[in-house]
Amino acid sequence: MLEADNLECVRGERRLFAGIGFTLAAGELLYLQGKNGSGKTSLLRMLIGLLPPESGTIRWRGAAIKSDDYRADLCYLGHLNAIKEELTPLENLLAGARLADARLSEVEALAALEQVGLAGREDLACKYLSQGQKRRVALARLVNEKRPLWILDEPFVALDSAAVDWLAGIISAHLQRGGLAVMTTHQRVDIAAGALRELRLG
Amino acid sequence: MLTLIAAVIKRDLKLAMRRQADMVSAIFFFIIVVSLFPLGIGPEADLLRKLAPGVLWVAALLATMLSLPRLFADDHRDGTLEQLALAPHPLGLVVTGKVIAHWLVSGLPLALIAPVLGLQFDLSTEALLAVTLSILIGTPALSGIGAIGAALTLGLRGGGVLISLLVLPLYIPVLIFGAGAVDATVTGLGGEGHLSLLAALTFASIGFAPWAAAAALKIALE
Repeated sequence: MLEADNLECVRGERRLFAGIGFTLAAGELLYLQGKNGSGKTSLLRMLIGLLPPESGTIRWRGAAIKSDDYRADLCYLGHLNAIKEELTPLENLLAGARLADARLSEVEALAALEQVGLAGREDLACKYLSQGQKRRVALARLVNEKRPLWILDEPFVALDSAAVDWLAGIISAHLQRGGLAVMTTHQRVDIAAGALRELRLG
Repeated sequence: MLTLIAAVIKRDLKLAMRRQADMVSAIFFFIIVVSLFPLGIGPEADLLRKLAPGVLWVAALLATMLSLPRLFADDHRDGTLEQLALAPHPLGLVVTGKVIAHWLVSGLPLALIAPVLGLQFDLSTEALLAVTLSILIGTPALSGIGAIGAALTLGLRGGGVLISLLVLPLYIPVLIFGAGAVDATVTGLGGEGHLSLLAALTFASIGFAPWAAAAALKIALE
């Protein structure tokens, strides 16, 4: 489903990587590994289409990824949380879904927030939440996420061990539904996947 | 399409309401700058009447500029802009929503308060009406053109000054026709022609500027 071929990344004057390629089928998980500065985030930004590769191609369902159709299949979670400090967790979830053209009812959003352990805080502006809690608000949108391709940049950062297990479960469930996931992480987490691929940069 | 624009407007207005200091400071800036002129020049009614359109319009330009650097900067910093760029619809529509929300927060209040400030310049009733109308019709163009500047300077250090240098020259036509409409009304020529041109500028910039800004945002996100 997702194919990358011969990707090359140049940032500034430096070539970060070249000749990177992989294919990922339904139900498979790709772990991106590499030390800091090896270009993991750059590769993810290429996969989501924000950073054009120096050379090489990326294809989704056989077509180049520069289209609205691709983005309708894509869910990206960056290292920034993409939540508004002034809004409450509930408002953040609902506004985020509406702007991404996803359907999300208030009941579903509340259930998602309860699942990430934010029950009772859904009406508190996000600026009063801790770093880990803000991350949980960002992760809460994965609970109802139906899009097939998840691209996650360091999803486990700032989470306690219970939340790490919960997130691993969410990703496993997504893969078992036939979804795909690409993620970078420094900690090894057990995720049940149809097939586990690894790609080491640098 | 319209529901998306409406959703962006609703979100941005909600954010503006939770952070009223920004909006209020721009309005007070406008009030104070305009009020300084009668105090500085003294009670010469003829001179004040002549100066009024230019002073009101220049102050309106500067007050709109104040909030421009934050138009995309907040969304950029917290990662929301990335998500908006990845949503399955054109980024230009999102920017259109943001431009309209920016006008509702920064342009509309200026138009509402301008006639009150115009009293300090001893303007006649029809001149006050012309001031309100011209600011009402002209400020959306300021938000639209300003969005391009804000997008081009996104993520740059000292972007605030750079925006002024980029955007203020482009504001000149709006200033000329805006202040001209009031002048023409006062001198009895009728300001309809100026107002029509102002409306044309507004429609052109609301229609085209968001797409130019969206292209600039995509470069900033690389």
